[in-house]
Amino acid sequence: MTGPTLAELLSLHSYNTRVVLTGTALLGLASGVVGTFLLLRRRALLSDALSHATLPGVVLAFLLLAALGGDARALPLLLLGAAVTGVLGMLAVTLLGRYTRLKEDTALAIVLSTFFGFGIALLSIAQQVTNVSAAGLNDFIYGKAASMLLADAWLIAGAAALTLICVSLLFKEFRLLCFDSGYTGAVGFPVLGLDLLLMALVVLVTVIGLQTVGLILIVSLLIIPPAAARFWTDRLPVMTIAGGAIGMASTVTGSLFSATFERLPGGAMIVLAAAVLFLVSFFFGTRRGLMMKLHRQWASARQVTLQNLLRDAWEWRETSGNAAFTLGQLHPYRSLSRVKLARAARRARRRGLIREESSGSYTFTREGERLAARMVRSHRLWELYLITHADIAPSHVDRDADAIEHILDPALLDRLEGVLREAARLPEIPSPHRLATEGEGGPKEEER
Amino acid sequence: MIDFVWLPLDNWIVAIGVVTAMACALPGCFLLLRGQAMLGDAIAHAVLPGIALGYLFFGTTEPLLMLASAAAVGLLTAFLVQVLHRVGGVEEGAAMGVVFTSLFALGLVLIRRVADDVHLDAEHVIFGAIELAPAFTVSVGFIEVPRALLVAAVMLLVNVLFIALFFKELRLCIFDPSFAQTAGWRPGVVHYTLIALTASTMVAAFEAVGSILVLAMLIVPGASARLLTNRLLPMLLVSLVVAAVCAVVGHLSAITLPQLAGFEDASSSGMIAAISGVVFLGVLLLAPVNGLLPRGVHRFREAVSIVSEDVLGALYRVRELTGDPGAGVDRQHLAGLLGGGPVLALALRRLLGTRRIRREGAVYLLTDRGERAARRLVRRHRLWETWLVEELGLRPDHVHSTAERLEHVTSPEMARSLSLATHGRATDPHDKEIPAMGNGGEDTDTREDLGR
Repeated sequence: MTGPTLAELLSLHSYNTRVVLTGTALLGLASGVVGTFLLLRRRALLSDALSHATLPGVVLAFLLLAALGGDARALPLLLLGAAVTGVLGMLAVTLLGRYTRLKEDTALAIVLSTFFGFGIALLSIAQQVTNVSAAGLNDFIYGKAASMLLADAWLIAGAAALTLICVSLLFKEFRLLCFDSGYTGAVGFPVLGLDLLLMALVVLVTVIGLQTVGLILIVSLLIIPPAAARFWTDRLPVMTIAGGAIGMASTVTGSLFSATFERLPGGAMIVLAAAVLFLVSFFFGTRRGLMMKLHRQWASARQVTLQNLLRDAWEWRETSGNAAFTLGQLHPYRSLSRVKLARAARRARRRGLIREESSGSYTFTREGERLAARMVRSHRLWELYLITHADIAPSHVDRDADAIEHILDPALLDRLEGVLREAARLPEIPSPHRLATEGEGGPKEEER
Repeated sequence: MIDFVWLPLDNWIVAIGVVTAMACALPGCFLLLRGQAMLGDAIAHAVLPGIALGYLFFGTTEPLLMLASAAAVGLLTAFLVQVLHRVGGVEEGAAMGVVFTSLFALGLVLIRRVADDVHLDAEHVIFGAIELAPAFTVSVGFIEVPRALLVAAVMLLVNVLFIALFFKELRLCIFDPSFAQTAGWRPGVVHYTLIALTASTMVAAFEAVGSILVLAMLIVPGASARLLTNRLLPMLLVSLVVAAVCAVVGHLSAITLPQLAGFEDASSSGMIAAISGVVFLGVLLLAPVNGLLPRGVHRFREAVSIVSEDVLGALYRVRELTGDPGAGVDRQHLAGLLGGGPVLALALRRLLGTRRIRREGAVYLLTDRGERAARRLVRRHRLWETWLVEELGLRPDHVHSTAERLEHVTSPEMARSLSLATHGRATDPHDKEIPAMGNGGEDTDTREDLGR
């Protein structure tokens, strides 16, 4: 380890560190923000074709400048070349997708590989140029964050500012474009123009980021942070900010690591940092994260068990005439282990749905009776509906109704009741109807 | 001025290029048809850590080992993309983007940290070095062949065998996975087998063309073939031919083209990919039926034939309005009515050539032959207008543009039926006379009469 220590870096003592960190942070911010819209517009991979297509532009610009005797390493001109072929590549993808029978992903693959191949061929020629060294060109492929100069940082800052200004001014328009482009056109916004502007911003960020992260990996800065942000929120403004923040965090962490340890390529470290943040979001994101989903499933399974317990108890009371029940009496109703049944009973008691009369024997509370009545009502209404309107044999409806009774909402139940009454099915079968209106003056009114 | 030097080495290079490209083209066709061309890209990036890890654990670059570890990582890529897509709800393209960039970055770091020595440098894996490939030889029987050639040939053989054996299953699972599923096949198994095969083929190709350019070999031949045929087997065969052509022309260009600008040879693998693009562009433009050029020519000819008919119609109407059989229209006027340009010029030339119109000074006049054709056209126009108003109940001032289009595509049978359906009315809704076709020759024209 010959590099500076982490503490030295974090204190931002070194001028160089300050430049590099500011530059990469701004790059991460801008790409995260733009990437959000790119992702929602479902064009994430277009940026991959774009970034690969920049290579021939960079090398061509280099060759031209070398041939004309200009400064063949003038960054703005090389980046201009990159933008030109990048846009050409994107255009080719769009045209191929629209005017041939090839699918868009095929068009992407064709443009990406052939443009890049052309770039490689040109690069091998550029290396034969004698008066200027082409060694720096490789940085465009792998990126070299550590060698960022103040001028580069200013370039990035300018691009980031432009991006942020555009996005905040046109936030509403971009939002419409991403969620309903047809409507956007119908209410009079220029869809094509907005799309072009969005793509222009993507080109800007890609080209600016080439030197830092490299053209193979720049696409990750556009894709990974927004994809990670998506796990935390359903709201676009929050997602945009989160995407920018995650992008910033990745670039800063990545460059810090690559500056601290030897032999860690900066571009790759930035991407790995982003990947780690993505993994964290994937598992722990509060909106769509895996843990959250599992928790939701678990909670709903518990809810279902509880509701089943109540209905079983109701039906036990109905058939046996006993107001009190024991768990042993309910157990045969379902294939549920005794432990789980006991747990469900404990939950029901805690929520004041049932109370323990003597040891092991329970009765409904008023609240519990009401809820049980509702479950029984929705179960039987659905059974009746299946028998009457779906022509299913009465012996076959129990399971179907079992699955759906937990998610029928009161409004739907009312409609079911209306439909069944119209079909003259309701009065003939006394049990469900009576249950439905019985007790506390009918659950129907109370639920409204 | 091109100094063409062909060494024995070049034979090997071309052989390696051709066999590799052909080996790649086959699984590429199937990926492309499944709409998963970019998965090829994802795998191409993602095998980098596979190679690095294989080297890390086993310490060699033994080809078989590399193939196996890379195939494993290829499968892992496809699997992770599915997990992110299905479980995480990430859009498929984005899921690919996340997976392959992460794995590629991991590969770069691994190679830099752990395996930064002779056999494994990232550039070699990414750009490939087909020029160096003939240097590493193995002996088969009594001849020395480049290792890359042997590996690629084996992969080509494996691919051909696999496709030959499971052609029916592959076809079914690719074109209609849900039917395949219900018919008792396992599209998932076929899919992942295909992925594994693709990944190993790509690794086999790395030595020659590098990981990103291999994508060109994978997709471009299949895409070109797709534009040339609608059938699977011909598509596979054509893709093999295209692959071979790209490889040969690519290498030739690499050693000749740069000389035009005064340079030495360019990278052959890069040039092969670039030439693939050129070949694809050529196919796109020139493909017999679907090519942009034939399609454009066809459209242009249609346009000329329609404008020819419109010229006749215009001349007839002028004669009808003025009541003067000698009334004509000059070119400027026609251009104002029908739009000028080369289409009108060609239409006029054709009408003059077939003696449907003649020219007096600056004006064009109908000949007798032309008048018959014109009557027929105007008759159809007015029959349509009548029918649209009488039968469909459209407003008289709304039917002109519809009739204007329909008149060009009306067959004699249709015209007869229209005449019957409108009860042989003599005038159209605008009280213009519907020209009759005299002497019982009701609409019996041939295509020749209309000058097509």
